[in-house]
Amino acid sequence: MKFSIQVNEGPYQHQASDSAYQFTKAALEKGHECFRVFFYHDGVLNGTRLTTPPQDDRNIVNNWTELAEKYDLDLVVCVAAAQRRGIVDEGEAERNGKDATNIAPRFRISGLGQLVEAAIQSDRLVVFGD
Amino acid sequence: MSDTKNFMFLNRRAPYGTIYAWESLEVVLIAAAFEQNVSLMFVDDGVYELTKSQDTAGIGMKNFSPTYRTLGDYEVRHMYVDKASLEARGLTADDLVQVEWEDWETEESVDNIVEVVDSERVAELLEESDVVFSF
Repeated sequence: MKFSIQVNEGPYQHQASDSAYQFTKAALEKGHECFRVFFYHDGVLNGTRLTTPPQDDRNIVNNWTELAEKYDLDLVVCVAAAQRRGIVDEGEAERNGKDATNIAPRFRISGLGQLVEAAIQSDRLVVFGD
Repeated sequence: MSDTKNFMFLNRRAPYGTIYAWESLEVVLIAAAFEQNVSLMFVDDGVYELTKSQDTAGIGMKNFSPTYRTLGDYEVRHMYVDKASLEARGLTADDLVQVEWEDWETEESVDNIVEVVDSERVAELLEESDVVFSF
């Protein structure tokens, strides 16, 4: 089955991102396909490389990056939600006159059309959040 | 990407207090631009999103409620409101905005696409949808 995943909550405060990660990993291990993971609302905060969780805790951002590397996953952060919350790549920094970037490896910033396209192209859109 | 799916946006939260309602509306506008069959469903505190005369001056937030009234222009054809959720909050259809819809090509028009439905119908409508966006 071809899945797409929507993550609506940031890391650590809420289990949504962990659950989405576990689900995506399990689905891929079972041979299913993941068309895209789309991060929306505070979910965009999963895409900052500047998190430093304690060493004995899981690193949610790195988990996503590593999963993306292993399975060539498409991790997309919503641009409008990202601008509100300060997730920045080089293009956004240039466009909006910011002095730094913080996007994590394998994440990319793009528009809501990517979510709609994912819903159209996939057999199931699975939403994680409250 | 010629596929057309039935998209249902399930709105469950009050318009203010969290950003879900506002950012949900942004997805609705994009989905309509992709020429999908877009419907909205309002349940639980989500019914407050459609209430008339919202005034956000006191909380310093943008009042985005006028956008709901323009959804007919974005080819959103159905906006359903759960009757039980309305009643539980002491609201009736009269407390809600009206949303006009018109097909520019056929000139077919509907005065108000906001429709109050019972729980059984809510379940049917969700069942009939290809994609449910839950906010």
